[in-house]
Amino acid sequence: MTAARKLAPSFDAEAARRDFAILARPVHGKRLAYLDSGASAQKPEAVLDAMRVFAETEYANVHRGVHYLSGAATDAYEAARRTVQAFLGAAHEDEIVFTKGGTEAINLVAYSYLMPNIQPGDEIVLSVMEHHANIVPWHFLRERQGAVLRWVDIRDDGSLDVEALDAAITPKTKLVAITHMSNVLGTVTPLAEIVARAHAKGVPVLADGAQGAVHEIVDVRALDVDFYAITGHKLYGPTGIGALYAKRAHLKAMRPFNGGGEMIREVTRARITYADPPARFEAGTPPIIESVGLAAALDYFSAFDRAAVKAHEHDLLAYAREGLRELNWVRVIGDAPGKGAILSFEVAGMHAHDLATILDREGVAVRAGHHCAQILMERFGVSSTTRASFALYNTRADVDALLAGLRKARQILV
Amino acid sequence: MDNALRELYQEVILDHSRHPRHYGPLEKATHKAEGYNPLCGDRVTVYLALDDAGRVADIRFEGKGCAISQASASLMTDLLKGKTAAEAGKLMDGFLRLVRGEAAADLPEEAREHLEVMGGLSEFPMRVKCATLAWHTFKNAVEEGRQTVEEGAS
Repeated sequence: MTAARKLAPSFDAEAARRDFAILARPVHGKRLAYLDSGASAQKPEAVLDAMRVFAETEYANVHRGVHYLSGAATDAYEAARRTVQAFLGAAHEDEIVFTKGGTEAINLVAYSYLMPNIQPGDEIVLSVMEHHANIVPWHFLRERQGAVLRWVDIRDDGSLDVEALDAAITPKTKLVAITHMSNVLGTVTPLAEIVARAHAKGVPVLADGAQGAVHEIVDVRALDVDFYAITGHKLYGPTGIGALYAKRAHLKAMRPFNGGGEMIREVTRARITYADPPARFEAGTPPIIESVGLAAALDYFSAFDRAAVKAHEHDLLAYAREGLRELNWVRVIGDAPGKGAILSFEVAGMHAHDLATILDREGVAVRAGHHCAQILMERFGVSSTTRASFALYNTRADVDALLAGLRKARQILV
Repeated sequence: MDNALRELYQEVILDHSRHPRHYGPLEKATHKAEGYNPLCGDRVTVYLALDDAGRVADIRFEGKGCAISQASASLMTDLLKGKTAAEAGKLMDGFLRLVRGEAAADLPEEAREHLEVMGGLSEFPMRVKCATLAWHTFKNAVEEGRQTVEEGAS
């Protein structure tokens, strides 16, 4: 079935929708229009089945036992690592560290890579459109080690000014931490160019790929990015697993973050030596079943023509923008050229939570709030926005439901 | 049309949210607290003037937030003026039960009539916090918001 799809020139979202059992359930008696995949995507049957079958036939702890199941589970876990490697275009499988999510992946870089190398007054460059996951770990370094955060503003349309970012990089800069795609604005940053500019000044780059890995086709080698953080649950996979891609040389130089089983070579009363990466950064029993689920999700996703999926999502975005043009009381926030399929807006006279409640009663699931991006909210002078985010299983019917819900909300509230 | 929605956003609620009563700072406040809901970003500041008998001689609020949070704060200020802090505490308990859809038989008749417009919230458990923010902030103001002390709410 997936092979046939790969040969198909276009993408059949209606067929994909049927792969996600939850999308068939009504909400408040209405057809579900799930437009909150930016917060977390739904999981296809292929993922749920893979996890169940693995747990029923091959599950045990990894890298420990000599028994058959331990070997089978270890094989599955390491195969999942290679699936992530292929998905991101990494050169080596040992450049992929499993984490519990994107947040932990970024924290790993903060604690293991930057913390030992940062002096008071050293700088970290980041944009005002970062998610809190790519802000708070750097605030820790400010708070605890005297690092200075250098904020790069964005243009009013939400696009990143690469010149401004370049200008913010000084001889004191130790890292550029930048989103690949804004979770609020949908802005896709010119990551390859950012990396080239930073590298020209000898500065490494971390990209928060929580959204970027879903909506862009990522090749970490082509990007030449130093660190790329992803999370499984936004990639149609399970919660509890994510990954950090890091260049081999960085991982080899990094000290461990968590200590425990499996990350050591030898432990004596007087001293310890560490395992090589990636095991060095995977203390304790990892998310084993989730790794199998993540691999199944990436296999499912990759079996589609990714360019066609992207075109489909962009069609939904354009269709929604067109529909919103008739609603002159809706203000879209974030209109950067080439932006991905995330649509944030403000509605005159309506608070996002009231709007989201009314949409919910129409079966339309959206996110309302500050989207863990309070600095960005401040930048645009709003306390919250409503966000519709599109995934491969969304259709124009979902957009129609959103537009109808907006009209209804206006009837009720204004 | 959805009856639960119609009840939640009934005219009284919308009117209070658009034209909140007792809105703005209170110059002679003896007590003050700020409430903040980090989930949605709603903010409310409650100002109180408590007299020597512990009665709410005056109460005002200001804030930013959804229709429910603003209407609830407005309705609260209407109700609490003239009540003692102890009476207000009982009304708060009754209000919390009301919005959660629990029996609130001990609410005095006058208060029930005043607050039952918020009863529709029981169908919207995700939104109960919006309505209770002002009340919790009022409680903080009474308990910890004495104006001689720098209060550290939110």
